[in-house]
Amino acid sequence: MTPKYIAHSRAIAARKLGDEMVIMSAVDSTLFTLNPVATAIWEAADGRTQLSDIVAGAVCGEFDVQPEVAYRDAEELVEQLFAHGILLVSEQPISTDVPQES
Amino acid sequence: MTQLAAPPAHAVAVEVGGIPILLRTSNPEFARMLEDRYLGFVKAFAVPVFEFDVDLVEPSGMGPDDDVRMRCENGRWFFRRGDFYAEWNPGTGRGRIRQSVNPYSVDSVLRIVHTIVLANEGGFLLHSASAMRGGRAFLFSGLSGAGKTTISRLAPPDVTLLTDEVSYVRRDPIGYYAFGTPFAGELARVGDNVSAPIAAVYLLDKGPDNRIDPVPAVEATQRILRNILFFAEEPDLVRRIFETACDFAATVPVRRLTFFPDQRVWELIR
Repeated sequence: MTPKYIAHSRAIAARKLGDEMVIMSAVDSTLFTLNPVATAIWEAADGRTQLSDIVAGAVCGEFDVQPEVAYRDAEELVEQLFAHGILLVSEQPISTDVPQES
Repeated sequence: MTQLAAPPAHAVAVEVGGIPILLRTSNPEFARMLEDRYLGFVKAFAVPVFEFDVDLVEPSGMGPDDDVRMRCENGRWFFRRGDFYAEWNPGTGRGRIRQSVNPYSVDSVLRIVHTIVLANEGGFLLHSASAMRGGRAFLFSGLSGAGKTTISRLAPPDVTLLTDEVSYVRRDPIGYYAFGTPFAGELARVGDNVSAPIAAVYLLDKGPDNRIDPVPAVEATQRILRNILFFAEEPDLVRRIFETACDFAATVPVRRLTFFPDQRVWELIR
């Protein structure tokens, strides 16, 4: 399995309300609402943890779901969020450091 | 012959939400049109926060139905729609509008300017009717056909209408306030130029009876966001609007108001 790393785009605004995450694209103002499982994936998207590890820890460890089903659904979610430009996806770890002004 | 003197300028200061904006024109008929259009919101002695020179041109033949195109370069804003072109520098407070003699184009420019000013200070324009009763403001939100005009028309005499179309929301240290606006909808009636702390937002739904139901936090935030009037695409401003909407929905009670269109619905609004 090809490793997959995910991180938040900088062009978004997000707020957790209860156990759901509301995200807005700062580029086109599109609004997304993530359910609790998707919210767990979003919160673990640090650019350093592989998606498979996120699913194993944040999803299968917290929710009653089969690992294969969870990973397939997670990949689908990641593709959707990537397509809308609110999630970054790479086969390499993603730096999330904010560049410092010199 | 050389023109030795500029034509006399007529200035009309329109104050909405406590923010006076001066509109200057050389056309006295247009100035009177503005004074009529913004009756109750024209301030004779207001110190304007922003000033616009309005250059009147022949009608372009393009209507106001096009989308507004906006961009911001080096702190200057440029707005364009079929029926107007405008530039505005918030830093200097000066701007210019090019349009034909009509009250609608300048009205759109004012709405756009106010959305930007409010976005920077934690407020917004909301697609909603609003009214004041007992010193408190109530907002009635929904898209076209939801009942904003109907509920405004049904308001009893002790209710002061702030707007039937576009609510003006500002934040101060105590909380959120709604201001009357001249931005009218189907009632074609400007609101009263007063303000009050916002007691609740009602998401309108027509039904067989009158009742108020709670709205989950996520839905409340979504509905507020979707009804905010905002035209700019600058990411920083979009983020501010998002944060403001989240704070607003967490601070002000948002409820669903299902109503049958007669005056009894106002028995619930207190």
